[in-house]
Amino acid sequence: MDEEHFIVALVEDRPGVMQRIAGMLRRRNFNIDSISVGTTEIPGISRITMTVHGDRLTLEQAMKQLNKLIEVVKVSELRQEESVVRELALVKVSVKNERARAEVVQYANIFRARIVDVSRQSMMIEITGDEEKLRAFIELMRSYGIIEIARTGKVIMARGAKSVKTREAK
Amino acid sequence: MAAMKGADAVVQALEREGVEVVFGIPGGASIPLYDSLYSSSIRHILMRHEQGAAHAADGYARVLGKAGVCSATSGPGATNLTTGIANAYMDSSPVIAITGQVATPFIGKDAFQETDVIGITMPITKHNFQVRSVAEIPEVIKKAFHIAQTGRPGPVLIDLPKDMQEGEAEVEFPEEVSLTGYKPTYDGHPRQIKEAAKAILDAERPVILAGGGVIISGASSELMRLAELIPAPVVTTLMGKGSFPESHPLSLGVLGMHGRREANHAVTESDLLIAVGTRFSDRSTGMVSCFAPEAKIIHIDIDPAEIGKNVKAHIPVVGDARRVLRQILQVLEEMKRRGRSKSWIEKVREWKKEFAPKLDYDDVPLKPHRVIKEIMEFLSEDDIVTTEVGQCQMWAHCYMSRSKPRTFISSGGLGTMGFGFPAALGAKVAKPEVKVVDIAGDGSFLMNIQELATAVENGIDVIVAVFDNRYLGMVRQWQELFYDRRYSAVDLGNSPDFVKVAEAFGAFGIRVEKPGEIGDALREAADSGKPAVVDFVIERECNIFPMVPPGKCLKEVIG
Ligand SMILES: Cc1cc2nc3c(=O)[nH]c(=O)nc-3n(C[C@H](O)[C@H](O)[C@H](O)COP(=O)(O)OP(=O)(O)OC[C@H]3O[C@@H](n4cnc5c(N)ncnc54)[C@H](O)[C@@H]3O)c2cc1C
Ligand SMILES: Cc1ncc(C[n+]2csc(CCOP(=O)(O)OP(=O)(O)O)c2C)c(N)n1
Ligand SMILES: [Mg+2]
Repeated sequence: MDEEHFIVALVEDRPGVMQRIAGMLRRRNFNIDSISVGTTEIPGISRITMTVHGDRLTLEQAMKQLNKLIEVVKVSELRQEESVVRELALVKVSVKNERARAEVVQYANIFRARIVDVSRQSMMIEITGDEEKLRAFIELMRSYGIIEIARTGKVIMARGAKSVKTREAK
Repeated sequence: MAAMKGADAVVQALEREGVEVVFGIPGGASIPLYDSLYSSSIRHILMRHEQGAAHAADGYARVLGKAGVCSATSGPGATNLTTGIANAYMDSSPVIAITGQVATPFIGKDAFQETDVIGITMPITKHNFQVRSVAEIPEVIKKAFHIAQTGRPGPVLIDLPKDMQEGEAEVEFPEEVSLTGYKPTYDGHPRQIKEAAKAILDAERPVILAGGGVIISGASSELMRLAELIPAPVVTTLMGKGSFPESHPLSLGVLGMHGRREANHAVTESDLLIAVGTRFSDRSTGMVSCFAPEAKIIHIDIDPAEIGKNVKAHIPVVGDARRVLRQILQVLEEMKRRGRSKSWIEKVREWKKEFAPKLDYDDVPLKPHRVIKEIMEFLSEDDIVTTEVGQCQMWAHCYMSRSKPRTFISSGGLGTMGFGFPAALGAKVAKPEVKVVDIAGDGSFLMNIQELATAVENGIDVIVAVFDNRYLGMVRQWQELFYDRRYSAVDLGNSPDFVKVAEAFGAFGIRVEKPGEIGDALREAADSGKPAVVDFVIERECNIFPMVPPGKCLKEVIG
């Protein structure tokens, strides 16, 4: 069955490691929708979150192939139901008049988003949340005219006391 | 700790890894390295093309089961290596490739002879390194050899910017390295071992499929014990050829697109397939949906990513073939066995008799079968056969019996024309005491024929047996069978005269047109005291059969 799966990889923070991962995923025809990278609590180790589309077999292959890369230290699948998934987006909308400005501020409040920049013709809003929330907010903003959007890609973390470091390898 | 030049550190690290030979060609970005090699105990063999260097290192590695080393300068030198690196990658061969690179401050500036060899070789190496400080050289080299030679072996490239070769630093040579993200599994999981043993005891029609992993792991004697204990017939892939003696009564030879009928039949009718060290390539399985349709499959492989990649395994066992087979044997020996009916083995023996190929043709022009037969008789079981790619390779694959591991060396995964001859040179350097014969197509030989100069200059006396059909025969065969005989771009014409080419290089050359002359020509070649080319003029449109057409099941054999 075609589903979205979350893969978290801990990788050594070396030049070229992202290229290795991206190249392998492309070469082997895996379907990656989102990928994000950042540092972790461990010096020299970065955390990569990807979402891959496909059936169980595809997911397993993708994880095994990732594991084969020398600089990949640990690969885990995190289930959405047992985790918190977040993404951050910066949305710049055009505000042509006072009414539009007031409405955007209101919507931002409802969505617990923050206005981070204002100019005479535009506003920039920072919003964090899961996919649904971001989609709903961006949809609302369309009617005002979206100037640009920048999204971080999703990150995921399992609920509870364990970390991906200590989870059993699959 | 001692202050040392980077290039000296490289050479010393290589010596510490036990490297005796490097195959390569120098250039601007690797002159400092070559300066250090000049005063080292390592033998450098100057090849005439970097592709030849990579294949020679690969051939050397496959014969000895330890890393073969090749070297090239930056830019064109490095890109010339890539076919050889890709070849080693596909066949899991431990090749170390060392490339010169422009000095660090010039990287990214499109400097003279700069190429991004790290980027280029990422998908065709097990791993690659660019040296970033002189001090890290010993560790990088230790890691490179460790990665190349352990787990599932593969090529590793080390890119050495020129300033890293020339610079000096305090260096320390580590005895061991540890890589947090790289820990191959060697022992099979006890639960899976038990499952496998149970399935073996329950099977009525077991077949063992031995692949390249059996050779890599050195598991031939364990394989033999298992086959005889069960007893089960053994088929091999092209890469597994020699892992089980093809002269053994339980051997059914090779399977696959150009496999033996008896092997393909047995796999198709088996109820248990014990696959050891094989990646179920499309050339070996035919159409997967009808591959071993009735069989439970035990898949033993050191690479977890191979499990379930192409063929679903019912009982996967991740681990080293030799250790896992020992574990299974031990459990089997403890378990109570029930009598198995002999009918399966008898059936298999009958197929074997029925499908025994005819080789002793007397035709002129020569039938390739006859040439294969005579080469077989000319060689002893320790001698080494390498192959080029095409029909020539498949005649050897299908009809030439090999009985020892590491005596049949062929480009399986990449199918690289031009592999066989430089690989033969590497093989001969690795084992000078045995005969080495390259089973060559005329088209393939031309792709690295310049290495005749290397062979002559270094006294590497191999024999190139040219199956001279003046065609890119394998492609022609497909055009004949599947494209209405529209022979598009496969006729090689009359050039060159291989005997004269051999002589021009200072090698021995001889042409053979009659079956009665084959043996004598081979002996003359061997006695010539030179590298030799034996030009066998074979029937131009002879096809390699049996054949399973692409997209068909193993039992749908034609020819
Ligand atoms: C023209 C042409 C025709 C061909 N026709 C055929 C054909 O008819 N039949 C055929 O079989 N092939 C054929 N081939 C070759 C084919 O393309 C593959 O190269 C071959 O089938 C692969 O064999 P393999 O899986 O056994 O070995 P490899 O590709 O060498 O794979 C080795 C496997 O062993 C595993 N391994 C490595 N080390 C260990 C260890 N220590 N313990 C356990 N496992 C280990 C690896 O992970 C891998 O899965 C042909 C090639 C060409 C060019
Ligand atoms: C480098 C390379 N180029 C092209 C091919 C495609 N190819 C496969 S077999 C073959 C013909 C080989 O001809 P020859 O060496 O004369 O062997 P024959 O089949 O005639 O025995 C070709 C062109 C290849 N395998 N490798
Ligand atoms: Mg030919």
